[in-house]
Amino acid sequence: MDIKLSQAAAAPDERAAVDALLGPPDSPWVGGARGAARDAHTAVGGRVMRERRHLLVPALQTLQARIGWISEGGLIYVCERLQVPPAEAWGVATFYALLATSPRPRRVVHVCDDVGCRSRGAKAVLAALEATGAAIAHEPAADHMHLDAERPGWMHSPCLGLCDQAPAALVTDAGSPCDERLLGHVTPERARALLDGAAPGADATSVTVLPQQGDASLVLLARAGVVDPTSLESYRAHGGYVELPKAIDRGAEAVIREVTASKLVGRGGAAFPTGRKWDAVRTQTATPHYLICNADESEPGTFKDRVLLTADPFAIVESMTIAAFATGCEKGFIYLRAEYPLAAQRMRHAIDQARAAQLLGDDILGRGVRFDIEIRRGAGAYICGEETALFESIEGKRGEPRSKPPFPVHSGLFGKPTVVNNVETLANVLPILRMGGEAYAKTGTSQSTGTRLFCLSGAVARPGVYELPFGASLRALLEQAGASPRLRAVLLGGAAGVFLRADEIDLPLSLEGARSADATLGSGVVMAFDDDEDLVDIVLRLAAFFRDESCGQCVPCRVGTVRQEEALHRLARGRTLAGAPGEIALLEEIGVAMRDASICGLGQTAYAAVESAVKRLGLFTGAGA
Amino acid sequence: MTATLVHLGRPDRTIKARITCTIDGHAVTVDEGTTILAACRTLGIEIPTLCFLETLRPVNVCRLCVVEVEGARVLAPSCSRATEAGMVVHTKSERVRHARRLVLEFLASSVDLSTTPGMADLLAEYACTPARFGPPAPQALAGERDAAVAGHHAATEIGFAATVAQPVKTDNDLYVRDYAKCVLCYKCVEACGVDHQNTFAIAVAGRGFNARISTELAVPLTDSACVYCGNCIAVCPTGALMPRAEFDMRAAGTWDETVQTTTDTICPYCGVGCTLSLHVQGNTIVKATSPLENGITLGNLCIKGRFGWQFVQGPRPVDAAPPAGD
Repeated sequence: MDIKLSQAAAAPDERAAVDALLGPPDSPWVGGARGAARDAHTAVGGRVMRERRHLLVPALQTLQARIGWISEGGLIYVCERLQVPPAEAWGVATFYALLATSPRPRRVVHVCDDVGCRSRGAKAVLAALEATGAAIAHEPAADHMHLDAERPGWMHSPCLGLCDQAPAALVTDAGSPCDERLLGHVTPERARALLDGAAPGADATSVTVLPQQGDASLVLLARAGVVDPTSLESYRAHGGYVELPKAIDRGAEAVIREVTASKLVGRGGAAFPTGRKWDAVRTQTATPHYLICNADESEPGTFKDRVLLTADPFAIVESMTIAAFATGCEKGFIYLRAEYPLAAQRMRHAIDQARAAQLLGDDILGRGVRFDIEIRRGAGAYICGEETALFESIEGKRGEPRSKPPFPVHSGLFGKPTVVNNVETLANVLPILRMGGEAYAKTGTSQSTGTRLFCLSGAVARPGVYELPFGASLRALLEQAGASPRLRAVLLGGAAGVFLRADEIDLPLSLEGARSADATLGSGVVMAFDDDEDLVDIVLRLAAFFRDESCGQCVPCRVGTVRQEEALHRLARGRTLAGAPGEIALLEEIGVAMRDASICGLGQTAYAAVESAVKRLGLFTGAGA
Repeated sequence: MTATLVHLGRPDRTIKARITCTIDGHAVTVDEGTTILAACRTLGIEIPTLCFLETLRPVNVCRLCVVEVEGARVLAPSCSRATEAGMVVHTKSERVRHARRLVLEFLASSVDLSTTPGMADLLAEYACTPARFGPPAPQALAGERDAAVAGHHAATEIGFAATVAQPVKTDNDLYVRDYAKCVLCYKCVEACGVDHQNTFAIAVAGRGFNARISTELAVPLTDSACVYCGNCIAVCPTGALMPRAEFDMRAAGTWDETVQTTTDTICPYCGVGCTLSLHVQGNTIVKATSPLENGITLGNLCIKGRFGWQFVQGPRPVDAAPPAGD
């Protein structure tokens, strides 16, 4: 491609960072030195370059990790190496919240101010940081060019998936290597010390402590906190890699039969039958097939997948290998949210160990099965958890969801048949094969089989991930977690879920139970709020979250999330344009349009929690506010 | 027949199965793969569109063309959703009207639609009252929206409605970019990219309400890859992209389409022979375009055809003063 590049040059460390990822440039056409006689006879382009486009986001991430932001020179060098038009690369770089296109200091402290952390001390942390004057401007105007790279800064962050250790912060120290730590129970003093350059200390997720630790009924979490997550031997000693050879013996169809018999459905929120998805991909004639483990867990209040990834990474690798064998995939991706650095490290280690032990690669277990896994990290975009936005992101584009149909099982990643499974869904594969599909289906209810992970946070004494069979009562779960006796509301299912009143918590935690209560289990979020909580503030935060995380592609979501937030602010301040009933009717109109006409689930559910807050909790109507 | 004016890519000679579906109670038989929009047009059913254009791949982002498909959870974009045998479609149901009305109100309350052809009628047809979201918030400063950071936003002042209002970008002599009028239909990006020009000077940058059309680092067009073919202007549905000549005449209050005539001719510059439509007002050429349905141009031109017509009416070169220092 004949692309126009500016004269901006990359600094040596920027070049080094990109070359470390892409290898040194092999031609002056793509950033190499001039002079070789053959130069004039070769032009790099066409299919060869197009097939490297998927490296755009990793290349931008490597610049971000090395110096803390993406300079013009760095961006242009990436464009030259990958032959991507700079305008497109700019479009991609400016899409992701954790890629900075204006100078940022080497250390940035991303402080969670989302629903889970707000009432658990985040506001005090943020107030302390406001006083430091080290906030990184989210708005332009400020003169970034004279920024001191060595003076740490801080930013607001959406949910970091550490609601069980709220308030949370993510500290990134750019450099070689880039150091990233997820920190929990952050105090105002600690936050200030981090801005003064204090060492961040151990990652909050390095030790797994489960509220139900030692409970013999645990299935998905049985190994969590028990097994050494960095040791393949330890995983084997705890029953690991027993099912993979057996699955290969039984054959793909038999594996899918068991999964179908188990009635396993997706745990990411949409609850699609996994067996049907696998069978649909297996029977596609187009090749290759791709397997994606969706670990972009970004739903506010959700952190179950983080626990599975950090505490039992080999189980995910083994499950993915079995899924790939069953569906005919030779290549798999784990799309892991950027906010989980330790999970990425542990998964990378597990994949390397498995590959070394011939449990991944071209000839798995000497049985001729070929499969390998690549980790792709997100870059700060909730929308990339939507499966088609996730494809776009892996392909090196902006994370804008595609229109469905076509569905991923027909045309997914790189336009090929693709199976996308949530981390927790995959974790169920091993117990299903161990017990047999029908035996597995005996757990839970007739329509919701197996166990389910729930993320308890908010006004509970023992927050954390709980594993319960489907059908357990929400009230019992809240009691188990030590919910506040002054419980006022529960957010079930996450930002895209609904609020329940304290007197509505007797519903059974099953798909049908939630549905009959006009609720959803979503990603398993159970966030409790008591009388002390300012629920108006929580609802405003949810509205701001959807406004921030909308990709901006379709009008109903791009503008609707803004109009929804504006109407809620007017209601909250009592400065309505047409009286409170008029504003509530307007909210409903906005919400219905978003639900009906948006391209993807983000816009379609952006009104759900707001609606329930108004209609069930009586927020703004006086009934319960 | 389908409503597609121009086929993209290689001619499709495969024999398609014929399928029958029902739209607003009328049975219609079309080729398999025909979009709902095309099927509606064969029935004479009007569907409003904004981001759809026959010569571009549908991106289905404006959601103005949504219709209700029985059995589907949400509404479907008729511009890209293919008809299926037995499909039952409603284009005028209350759900459809509501979604379209809100989409129009969302746009009218956040974007300047004053130069969007047909918009006033559409707003009236759907009984839109965009003012109910509040008076517009103050216009952004030059460059402010271009620098917005993904995942963050400043709260709108209570009682006001956020807009994309911003100063016009007038960084070159040939055309202006008034992104206060941009509905983000993606057409210009498509026309600049693989659908037509393959220049890739612009792309969508940013996210959410701060998403915008931008060059790399928001540099002026003169520093970008732009080749001034103006094919983005040709596809822009709102007048956000406008030839400088038209922009200046509108600013002076002299632009009057009611007295303009259009004369088709052949571009004199090269051997391709593009059809050129000359828009004339008061015996002066004020704009050059090419018909969308022209099989050669698909509405596209190059910098010379679109902008190089001043010689027809300007001073003869011999009369013009020589450049200083010559």
